[in-house]
Amino acid sequence: MNQNSTRACVAKFCVLLAIVLQMVSPVQAQNPLAPDGIKIGDQAPDFTLKSVDGKLVGLRSFVESKGVILVFTCNHCPYSVKYEDRIIELHNKYASKGFPVLAVNPNDSTVEPKDSYTMMQERAAEKKFLFPYLVDETQAIARKYGARRTPQVFVLLRTRTGWTVEYIGAIDDNPDDAGKAESKFVEDAVDALLNGAKPETATTKAIGCTIKWKKG
Amino acid sequence: MMVFAIACSWFGLTIAEVSVADLEKRFAAGRDTVYVVNFWATWCKPCVEELPAFDKLSRAEANNPVVVLLVSVDSPNDRNAKVETFLRKKGFSCETAMLNESNPHIWIDKVDPSWSGAIPATLFVSQGKRLFKEQEFTYRILDSTFNTFREQSK
Repeated sequence: MNQNSTRACVAKFCVLLAIVLQMVSPVQAQNPLAPDGIKIGDQAPDFTLKSVDGKLVGLRSFVESKGVILVFTCNHCPYSVKYEDRIIELHNKYASKGFPVLAVNPNDSTVEPKDSYTMMQERAAEKKFLFPYLVDETQAIARKYGARRTPQVFVLLRTRTGWTVEYIGAIDDNPDDAGKAESKFVEDAVDALLNGAKPETATTKAIGCTIKWKKG
Repeated sequence: MMVFAIACSWFGLTIAEVSVADLEKRFAAGRDTVYVVNFWATWCKPCVEELPAFDKLSRAEANNPVVVLLVSVDSPNDRNAKVETFLRKKGFSCETAMLNESNPHIWIDKVDPSWSGAIPATLFVSQGKRLFKEQEFTYRILDSTFNTFREQSK
């Protein structure tokens, strides 16, 4: 066998191996209601949802921003509660720099009554949220983005033609103690974008609550 | 059985710690054993609701090479006051442990790349085969998922 045909063989084998690996690799979306969703660099889907003050808010409401820190979060999840003050701080720090927070609650309130619109209004008032807190009643937006847990952040950058997804994941690496976090993923990502760079760490994972999908 | 349960709660409970590498070592050494590893936390309502199903599975499979392991991902700060107190009250017969890992961004992927990090989540492992489920289980669905996996991994 000459070198060229060996190389071709190796290439064919690699392709075959890749196909086999793809077949045995775990199915990404175990829950049919929570598909893979969007990836880094993808165009971010626009939406319009009702906020706790009754106004309709969407990405279009932020045409003057550089980007948006989109946070899927909720009232009931203890992990969301742990991060609540940090979400408020993100908004305080970055809204004036052109990256406001936009919070979306994707949970079905019949599954989790604490996540009802009225309870959201109460929580927003209690914690004096300065950012919109939207209800994703049909869960279509969570599905489009492929959100799987709360809290989960999508950092979006506004471009000439729309919005691109630049970061997906956790706020930082220490749910228990913000002061002890070694990496502040969202802050790092937004700082990079403000400097015209891409986030060094574009995706992270963290423990969180499952999104409470509608039953049946 | 009753006496044992009382003795356990009387003498208290010190939960073991386990890392993902420890789990992998155990899976590799387990030969025909089927491992059912459930990741949960005391603060996670759907997790707490499904734990009895896992305990029931463990009791139903008591005479078979099956290990049901409940791995708590609670914060180490909550170890005594929350996790151990909770488990003492419940008196589960299956094995329990606390996860000893610090960087979720790394260890979540090691358990399974498809895992978003949401709990409850369950990993079935036997003889090199793995099945990962980021979902809640009733006993009926857990039992059928477990049996199908056991059949397929033979």
